[in-house]
Amino acid sequence: MTDIVVSLSAVSKTFLTREGEGTVALEAIDLDIRSGEFISLIGPSGCGKSTLLRIVGDLIEPSQGRVEVNGKPAPQARQDRDYGIVFQAPVLFDWRTVEANVRLPLEVTGIKGSERDQRIREMLDLVELGGFVRHYPHQLSGGMQQRVAIARALALQPALLLMDEPFGALDEMTRERLNAEVLRIWQATGKTIIFVTHSIPEAVFLSTRVVVMSARPGRISHVIDIDLPQPRTEETRESERYYDLVTEVREALRGRAVESTPIRPGAARTRAEGSFG
Amino acid sequence: MTGGSVGSTGIAGATRIGDRTAERVWRALPPLLVLVVVIAAWEAWGGDQVGNPLAAPSIIVEALGANTEVLIRSAWATVIEALGGLFIGTAAGLLMAFAAARFIVARDVLLPLAIGAAAVPLIAMAPIFNNWFGLTNPLSKMAMAALLVFFPVFISVTRGLVEVSPAALELMRSYAVSDTEVLRKVRIPNMMPFFFTALKVGTTLAFIGAIVAEYFGGTSEVLGRVIINAMFAGKYGLAWSGIFLGAFVAIGAYMVVAALERRVIPWYIALRGGEA
Repeated sequence: MTDIVVSLSAVSKTFLTREGEGTVALEAIDLDIRSGEFISLIGPSGCGKSTLLRIVGDLIEPSQGRVEVNGKPAPQARQDRDYGIVFQAPVLFDWRTVEANVRLPLEVTGIKGSERDQRIREMLDLVELGGFVRHYPHQLSGGMQQRVAIARALALQPALLLMDEPFGALDEMTRERLNAEVLRIWQATGKTIIFVTHSIPEAVFLSTRVVVMSARPGRISHVIDIDLPQPRTEETRESERYYDLVTEVREALRGRAVESTPIRPGAARTRAEGSFG
Repeated sequence: MTGGSVGSTGIAGATRIGDRTAERVWRALPPLLVLVVVIAAWEAWGGDQVGNPLAAPSIIVEALGANTEVLIRSAWATVIEALGGLFIGTAAGLLMAFAAARFIVARDVLLPLAIGAAAVPLIAMAPIFNNWFGLTNPLSKMAMAALLVFFPVFISVTRGLVEVSPAALELMRSYAVSDTEVLRKVRIPNMMPFFFTALKVGTTLAFIGAIVAEYFGGTSEVLGRVIINAMFAGKYGLAWSGIFLGAFVAIGAYMVVAALERRVIPWYIALRGGEA
């Protein structure tokens, strides 16, 4: 067993436009993600961060390069249901109660009986929605709906969780509460999480590493280790180190250190050398 | 069962339900008043003059009482035709919709044609259908009704099967399940509200199709023939009682479909936030 959960090497993706021309969405992506890491993908819109997440999940095929999840090619990992996914919209089914929405992945994979019931209860307790099993999605707030989506993504107990701007549509207060909740789940379950976001504070607060991307073509420009102590709390958000790291990510996004060499997978922290201080 | 709303418990809930009943009565009052005024005006206008096409309500009620048996037999025959047509049209619409949802080519060719056809007064074909399937054969009336029902069902159900959120399909792809499973778990449930909307429209259309087809000839004990024959005989009271009986059975059938909808997709009624 290798410690590497996700391995991307020389991955690129070219979309064909209507005129038949190619648009390079991703170019030369190299990234290794170790077990238990919390990785944020951050970048301007059009940098291909969501595309990259979908390539990991085999929802989109890369044009070139090698994608391995749990040591297997991505399509095989999808067939084996090695990951759970949460989208920006909750994508709950209106005709299913909260309980039945979480049951869906268990139904389609043939997990039955008391094990199924127990898993549903466990996951809903984990996202603190145990009291809402019989509610329909439209009776819940946006934040609660997204927590149901997280419970559903965890129901098959995957070691890898892919999250595509899951809190992008929520207000700041709800987002911070759910950030804390995701961290709690991450710590309790030991999952590996890949988290797409365009919020710098969110990325810094949650992650063990922040992968900064630039657009046109989508590339990894920096990989920044987040060495904030665990567990992270409200105090973390007020620490000096947190501010420094937020600044570092912001400057990396502004491309202050574009001239620095491309990041090798698994490389040590790369500072935005061109910045002041 | 309809999903209870969040947090409506105890006294707060009871008050709200009470308020809602009061509100419902309040909202029903103006249309009821208008109806009473219209009937009164109708009675005054129509009076008791024999041969007035606008037979007064009292004359209509009298005709209803005097012809109860033939009217009930006729209404029953018309109901059978309309429901037969509704069944055939719905079955055909569903079948074609599943085919169109499955094969993009079928969808691209058939859907625009169907949308065009739905905009045409198909009822004009009633006399032809009568001769084609036999004037006295109830099938000729069913065929007319079925044709009217077919298009809305086909169009709506196809949309319901196809218009699924792309993210929902990505989610199912992440579960690595078959197309059949996607159909069962996503497309069919997604289609149900579309289907019931079409079925309710179709129920009304089925009665229109059957009764209008009857106008162009056939056996005498059907609502359309009762209306036409009474009209030619100057018995306007009887003609109107046939019209009202037709309205009555059509509304009844509509309400059965609406009740079925509430039972089958209670989540949708709750989502839409009310009845109707």
